[in-house]
This record gives sequence, C-alpha cells and structure tokens, in this order.
Amino acid sequence: MRGVLIDTPVAAPAEQVREAGAALLPGSVAAAPAPIADFDPSLPWRRARSVALRPEPFGALVYHFGNRKLSFLKSKTLVRVVETLADHPTASATLAACEVPEAQRPAYLKALADLARSQMIERREPSA
Amino acid sequence: MTAVLPSRPAGERPTGGRLIDQFEYGLDAPICLTWELTYACNLACAHCLSSSGRRDPRELSTAEAEAVIDELHRMQVFYVNVGGGEPTVRPDFWHLLDYAIGHDVGVKFSTNGVKLDRARAEQLARTDYVDVQISLDGATAEVNDRVRGTGSYATAVRALENLAEAGMKDFKVSVVVTRENVSQLDEFRALTDRYGAQLRITRLRPSGRGADVWDELHPTQAQQRELYSWLLANGEEVLTGDSFFHLSAYGEALPGLNLCGAGRVVCLIDPVGDVYACPFAIHEQFLAGNVRDGGGFQRVWQQSDLFQDLRSPQTGGACTRCAHFDACRGGCMAAKFFTGLPLDGPDPECVQGYGESALAARDADLVTPRSHLDHSHKGPVRGQPTLLGMPSIPRVAPAKMCDESPLAGLELR
Ligand code: SF4
Ligand code: SF4
Repeated sequence: MRGVLIDTPVAAPAEQVREAGAALLPGSVAAAPAPIADFDPSLPWRRARSVALRPEPFGALVYHFGNRKLSFLKSKTLVRVVETLADHPTASATLAACEVPEAQRPAYLKALADLARSQMIERREPSA
Repeated sequence: MTAVLPSRPAGERPTGGRLIDQFEYGLDAPICLTWELTYACNLACAHCLSSSGRRDPRELSTAEAEAVIDELHRMQVFYVNVGGGEPTVRPDFWHLLDYAIGHDVGVKFSTNGVKLDRARAEQLARTDYVDVQISLDGATAEVNDRVRGTGSYATAVRALENLAEAGMKDFKVSVVVTRENVSQLDEFRALTDRYGAQLRITRLRPSGRGADVWDELHPTQAQQRELYSWLLANGEEVLTGDSFFHLSAYGEALPGLNLCGAGRVVCLIDPVGDVYACPFAIHEQFLAGNVRDGGGFQRVWQQSDLFQDLRSPQTGGACTRCAHFDACRGGCMAAKFFTGLPLDGPDPECVQGYGESALAARDADLVTPRSHLDHSHKGPVRGQPTLLGMPSIPRVAPAKMCDESPLAGLELR
C-alpha cells in the first residue's frame, strides 16, 4: 500500500486514519465506498477545498476535514504540484510547470490519482 | 536526562524512502497527541496508566487550556486524544470540547462513561468532529469490575446505551487487553456490534499503577500468540492504536504504524501542562518541558533536547541484531523502561522470548523506575477494584539506568 510519492491512508498510522474516518458522514460506515473519482490529467484540478496541507521536512501531511482522512505527500515537489494545481489548465500542465522530470511523471500521475480517489484533490471548472 | 536513551547518532534525515523511516526523524508537529485534562477520576482502576485519582491543584486553568488549543490550531495539529483521569469531571470539559472543535482541533475523548447521560449523549451526537471512546476492560461485569471497580461495567454499558439511542455514530469501546479478558475478544466484538460501536483494543503497559499489576495481568506468551492470530483475522475491523507492533515479530506485519512514535509523532500533555514523550511514559526521564514555559508547546515539541534525541533511528543494542527488528523495532520503550530493561534491548513481551530471559536476568536487587507522580486516591474508593496491585515498596530509579546490564551475555540472533 505504500506509494512512491504519497502514502495512502492505509499506510498512514492506521488508527488515526480509520478512527478519524467517516465519523462526520452520517451512515458512511455502511455506505458504499466513495465512487472512485476518475483521474484525468488533461482536466483542471485543485486541492480539495476541505483539505489542509501541513508542511513537513519530507513533504506534507494532508488532512481532509470532511472525511477526516490523513495522508502524506512524500516529496516537496509533489507538495508544490498539489498546491499549484489550481493555477494551471490541467494536471499535466502543472507537472510540466513544476519541472517534474519526464521519467517521474507516471509516478506523479499515480500519486495524483490516489489523491483524487481519497478526495484530497478535486476537479474544478475550467477557468475562463 | 538523555542518559537513558540508546545511543543514536545524530544522523541526517534521508530523502525519500519509507514513511516510517521519515517518522523516526520526527515531524514539525505531532500527528495527534494525547492530552490528559485532569488527574481527577471517580474510579480507581488497578492498572491506570497515569495513577489518577485526585485532582492536581496546579491543573491548567480554562484560559491556559484554551491557549494550548490556540497553539495546536496554529501548528495544524488536526486532532487530539483527550483523556485523564476522567476528563468529563472537569467542569469546563464541555466548553473546552467546543472550543477545540471551533478551532479545527478535532477531539477524541476517552471516558468511563460517568457523565454520559441521555442529554450529553444527544449533545455529542449533534456535534461534528468529536469521537467518544468508552473504556471497558471486561466483556462481562465480573471480569471488568475486578480491575475497574464495582459498578463500572454498568456505568459504561449505560453510556453505550445512551450513545446508541441518541444516534451517535462510530463511537468506540476501548479495551486494554489483559490475561483475564484476552479470551473475551469475540464477546467484545458482539457487545460493540450490539451498540453499533467499534472495538478498539490496546496493550497493557507497566505504566502508572499498571506497574503494580503488570506481572499478574499482562498476557502470557501463549495468549500473545492467540491475540496475534485474532488480530490477523479481525484486524481490519478493529482499532489497535498501533499498540501491538511487537507482535509483528511472529511473522506478518500488522496493519498500521509499526514504530515507537514517542516524541517523534506523538506525545502527552499532562494536566499540569508537562509534556512527556508518550502517555505511557510519565516519568522525569521522559519529561521534555511544560506548555507554560516560554515558547509554549511548540518550543517543547520542536526544540527540547529530549525530543531531539528521540528523533533518530536506533542503530545499536541487542534488538538491532535480531532478524525481526525491522518488523518489531524492539517494541515499546515505556514497557522496557518501567520493567527496568535497557531501552535498546528486547521488549519485556518480546515474542521471541528474549524479554522473558531479560526479565529473569535482572539483578535481584534491581529497583524498577517509578514515576515521581502519583495522584491515586489516598482513602478507600467506593466500589474499588478487588484486584489490587502489590503495595509499592518505595522504589527509586537507579541513578544510572545504563549501568545496569541485565542483558549481558544474552545472544540475539
Ligand atoms: S513508548 Fe510504547 S506506548 Fe509510547 S509511543 Fe513508544 S511504543 Fe508506543
Ligand atoms: S529481540 Fe527485540 S527486535 Fe527481536 S523480536 Fe524481540 S523485541 Fe523484537
């Protein structure tokens, strides 16, 4: 479960993640898992509005105030990518702007897809 | 103060790599921390980790507690585990709860249920961002009340009923696994299911009054093995506070964070504002500072010598030569400390059996370290537990822990 760039909630301290999870969403325990957000890097994205990033020496701790999930970004570049998603027309453009080397792009895209799945990043309307 | 810690080179934090390797170097703020609001408690549980009972007159005032919350908010500590003593006996408990939530600091609090009447249960069910954990150490009154006191089972169950009736979601039943209740794990599951609650089980450590009953109550080797199998089968639905990682040395890593987080990703703020490396380490050796000091909690967390020392991987000591070290990490620092074992050696409950030999090899006249604090009730308590720890012979910490070498000559493969 450990990713190269982020640790998905399962790999984060399990208790905090699992204990913190879901308490806010009435009935969410029994509810089906949130639909997997299709991550399309050619669309505009942003850090989810209910998500806070706390800088850490290795990257950042990510916290979702809505579903109370914790996650970790394991590189500072990924932190920059997540923070600047909203400034670029697409996720791919963000990677380019943050100078993510070509060879590492697949790993970054996978990290972003994981973040989309855990609702840490969300789609935004294309800016006019 | 730092003399007790295993030697750790002040290494550089690596870039990349596993998250837990990063955690060993500490975080800018705790992932979550434990905050005990009061040493006062209506009960007198035989194994209380903080030797609670009587209120400490130096307890943080409401204003001081609010200032701590402000600081946690600034440091982006997104939630705290509140405990005690019995936190709800603080008259300003409900105010502090609202204050924390209003400042984006979520609260999970542990209680014996004494104040959770219907009205409070309904209030909690209406409050976002709060989690409740009811302590219960037996699935039957008989087993529970022996350690927690007569009537404590009934109190806890009434609180569970009130929470369930109020429509509270996801509350927890928190169980300290002992020799006497480890066979009841399935019964605990059934009980929590009945109330729509979630089961959380944690490890008994020889901290506080727990030291007096640890010999008698900690699970036997055979029971640890059963517990491990049970966790592998049920682990996904049960919370553990990541407290059983020493069992990973049986083979398969348990889900969760397998490392000692003391002073690295967790810590304790006690009722008088003292900051310790871990809630199970209330002892001067693990005291890093006080939130009342200049610079407050942030300075203690980020700059105290003790926490700096804790933030590097252990590289020496008997356990680093063990084949299971990567999974088990040598177990729990507090468990070793309060049983008088060296901190870089095996856990007293080492599943490979090295802990037992280490315990047996302790000097006959070894005095195990004892906390400088004891807020236990002085007189008899109504319904007090029938299981009473050995009255403690006044014990003092040896002047130089590291001079004791109970492990000398022990071969670890
Ligand atoms: S001292 Fe023990 S209880 Fe405390 S953080 Fe370390 S392993 Fe956990
Ligand atoms: S010797 Fe140490 S590392 Fe090995 S299993 Fe025992 S406690 Fe764990």
